[in-house]
Amino acid sequence: MTTTETPIMKSFPKPSELTVPDGAQGWEELYPYHLLFANSPGSDEKFWFCDSQHWPTVFKPFETIGGEFAVKCLGQYNTRHLLIPPANGIEFKIHLGYLYMSPVPVPEEEIPGRVPEFEKRVGHYFQNWDALLDQWREKVRGTIAEMEELRFQPLPDKVPFDDIVSGKAKDGSEVIMENYDRLIQLTYQNWQYHFEFLNLGYLAYLDFFTFAKQVFPNIPDQAVAKMVQGVDMELFKPDDELKQLAVKAVELGLQSAFADTDDVEGTLQAIRDAGGAEWLAQYEAAQDPWFNFTVGNGFYGHDKYWLEHQEIPLGYIKDYIRRVDDGQQILRPVEALIAERDRIIEEYRSLLDGDNAAAFDAKRGLAATAYPYVENHNFYIEHWTMGVFWRKVRELSRVFVQAGFWADEADLFYLNRGEVRDAIFDLVTGWAVGAPASGPSYWPAEIERRRTIFDALNTQRPQPALNTPPEQITEPFTQMLWGITTEQVQQWLSDDDGDDSAVTGMAASPGVVEGRARVVYHADQLSEVQDGEILVATITAPSWGPIFGKIKATVTDIGGMMSHAAIVCREYGLPAVTGTGNGSTTITTGQLIRVDGNAGRVEILEG
Amino acid sequence: MNDYIVFFDSGHEPTLELLGGKCASLVSMTAAGMPVPPGFAVTTAAFDHFVDGTGLRADIKAKLAEIDADDVECVDRVSASVREAIEARDVPEDMHGVLHEAYDELMSRFEDQVPVAVRSSATAEDLPDASFAGQQDTYLWLSGYEAVHEHLRRCWASLYTSRAITYRLKNNIPEDDLSMAVAIQKMVNAKAAGVAMTLDPANGDRSKIVVDASWGVGEMVVSGQVTPDNVLLDKVMLTVVREKIGDKHAELVPDPASGELAEIEVAPERRSVRCLTDEELVAVATMAKRAEKHYGCPQDIEFAFDRDLPDGANLLLLQSRPETVHSSAGKPAESTPAPAATGFSSITASLLGTQH
Repeated sequence: MTTTETPIMKSFPKPSELTVPDGAQGWEELYPYHLLFANSPGSDEKFWFCDSQHWPTVFKPFETIGGEFAVKCLGQYNTRHLLIPPANGIEFKIHLGYLYMSPVPVPEEEIPGRVPEFEKRVGHYFQNWDALLDQWREKVRGTIAEMEELRFQPLPDKVPFDDIVSGKAKDGSEVIMENYDRLIQLTYQNWQYHFEFLNLGYLAYLDFFTFAKQVFPNIPDQAVAKMVQGVDMELFKPDDELKQLAVKAVELGLQSAFADTDDVEGTLQAIRDAGGAEWLAQYEAAQDPWFNFTVGNGFYGHDKYWLEHQEIPLGYIKDYIRRVDDGQQILRPVEALIAERDRIIEEYRSLLDGDNAAAFDAKRGLAATAYPYVENHNFYIEHWTMGVFWRKVRELSRVFVQAGFWADEADLFYLNRGEVRDAIFDLVTGWAVGAPASGPSYWPAEIERRRTIFDALNTQRPQPALNTPPEQITEPFTQMLWGITTEQVQQWLSDDDGDDSAVTGMAASPGVVEGRARVVYHADQLSEVQDGEILVATITAPSWGPIFGKIKATVTDIGGMMSHAAIVCREYGLPAVTGTGNGSTTITTGQLIRVDGNAGRVEILEG
Repeated sequence: MNDYIVFFDSGHEPTLELLGGKCASLVSMTAAGMPVPPGFAVTTAAFDHFVDGTGLRADIKAKLAEIDADDVECVDRVSASVREAIEARDVPEDMHGVLHEAYDELMSRFEDQVPVAVRSSATAEDLPDASFAGQQDTYLWLSGYEAVHEHLRRCWASLYTSRAITYRLKNNIPEDDLSMAVAIQKMVNAKAAGVAMTLDPANGDRSKIVVDASWGVGEMVVSGQVTPDNVLLDKVMLTVVREKIGDKHAELVPDPASGELAEIEVAPERRSVRCLTDEELVAVATMAKRAEKHYGCPQDIEFAFDRDLPDGANLLLLQSRPETVHSSAGKPAESTPAPAATGFSSITASLLGTQH
């Protein structure tokens, strides 16, 4: 086919043209009206891209809270706090269970007017960075502490006599309602805090990046990343704690206690029996806050947190112990990483003089100050705040399970958050009047119906984008946060008749290796990864740290230079190709592949 | 003792007057521990003694005096006559012994006799302000003292090629004190070779290294007879930024039958692959950076991978000279942007810049 005479602007399908998977009919009822394209004027015209970076799988009704809070709060800083001259927020909708986004530009004529406000506001942050960030940590920790205090307990058969005596005149149901609203409110609060510094981190990075590309044409993106990336980051702390625990276990000769780490109680008892009191103390100390760490990304109700699933950290420790016994160096070579970063900075800087050297120092300094937040906030919000949130939601769900509303604590996620509030009223009303609540006869069948729809939606991968893309993608945050660039979009559009023995993406970490692929869609599959395999995933999460010591390279569908896969691979010296769009669906487990992290290319060699 | 011969590893002061540009650089790089193939310089003192001791100086002067710079035929005729006179004259006996001794000493460093290159090292070439490279002759793959001795005189004679004479006339370079040294150097048995520059010649970006390389001895790259692989590396990260695989249709390799270099055709499957591995590119770039650091300014190097040496120790540096085009022409616009705006207005500029 060589019909290239008339250039046709290729398009993605319109939302209304996408086929609903069999069994998913009626899926719209799972989500609030304002998140549906059908109720949004012009949605069949605007360009939308799928944020499968943060939401790689379909939303359950309750889980839309993550998308709603995150993207709303992202927008508020661009639009209302910082007045970013060219960019407002990002409009978002759910279609067939996946989240789609459309950046909202500022009309050309309004841009100049925003500039002085923007500079005043951004200037305040950059000039008071450390003090404001300290304040931020206080605010976020304070919110989490409040969340931790919220309790959801079944109501007693009778009000305690003390309440009669004191004239309290309340039955305790108001606490459940209040705590539910408070939990939502506090989570929302930390999502607002989440974005307070995030866009600033990206702004400082963008400024240095643009400057570096100007004075060093063709400077590899990796080099810019290395010069501003933090080395001693809070996001690496949970993994570092496990490594230190493994080293300690070897020192104390406790290896044999880790025979079956799936048995958490048995393992801890075996350590106690082996005289590992010192180790256990260190293990206890590491849990707060570092085990508030999820194997997912914090956006799903099924995400498992180390604190509640200690077989996960214990399993990782077991694997680290094996590697220490094999004589491997498992602790992060922090000094070497710093030395390498400093070498890169110094070498580039030495090539500049005068004003350019001064500008290099100023811009790199600002980016190096501001950028680590982009990584670290992730621990505080996605891992810690959301870990507490999901734990509390489960606590509430157990109250319903006990009252016979549904069978499993995870069933609550099939209700949207308004419906949960209704169900609380239903529950406490039934309890108060002494007659059966409606929930137990309504929800089990309804949850089953929704589960069927959800499972059907999940059989289908999302379209990467919808409608006609603009000729140029210009919105800076879209490019930086999601790696949605003009080239990326064109590549998606050209994929159908492309070469199916290779996928291309971003050259995110250098090096070339060959090996067998291991395709992983969920954290639960991580235990399948064998030594020396190449990890192929839609996206990786920070908590996957321990497997980076096993694998030879990483390929992801989503993410750019600053995605977790890219950062961790650069730390471990592994090649990475990110943002391939279709790596995980093109490559299958067991295939021999060649990952070229210099060129951003993955070849399927056989199988 | 005389100062006719200076071995590259003698620790001698790398003086331009005595050694010429190329040999001074080889001596200096050897002293800095760079992997330069062993050899020695036949110094300008040797040349002077040759032309003075044999009475050639006056002869040459007289011949050159007849030149009409605008008459190409006349320049050619005088050039031929001078060169013939030099090549016909044997070196003085006292020099002969010293030269032979130096050659034998070089050979004694190897198990078997190895071929050598005879390369010009003029005092007026390879200088920061004069792009005068390649004006004089180079002779490759010479075996035995007789061949070396003969080509030494040819090399001297090449100081008087028509091109060289014309160049000097046009640039008002006086003939009187003219002298040249000659490098006698162990010939690299190159599997691949080329040149590297420690900046991007396209825009003067000093954070890049550009490598041109092809199969076999590097002469065909230097003289432009093949289209080499062209690779742009980042100087700091040592990663490939961009590469273009050249056609590399021919290579110069030793011919066992004749004992000389022969130009042969490269098989199609070797033309389409890069002649250097990633590791070899990094080795070249690292060495180029070292040369740049040693001299304190952007360098233009020649290198070769010797097939007789093990991987990791087979990269040899044949030459390093200041990069003249960008260094003397001043930096182009791309490498010297207007002083960047500082403060938050530059952040605004970056943001708005992405709008276009």
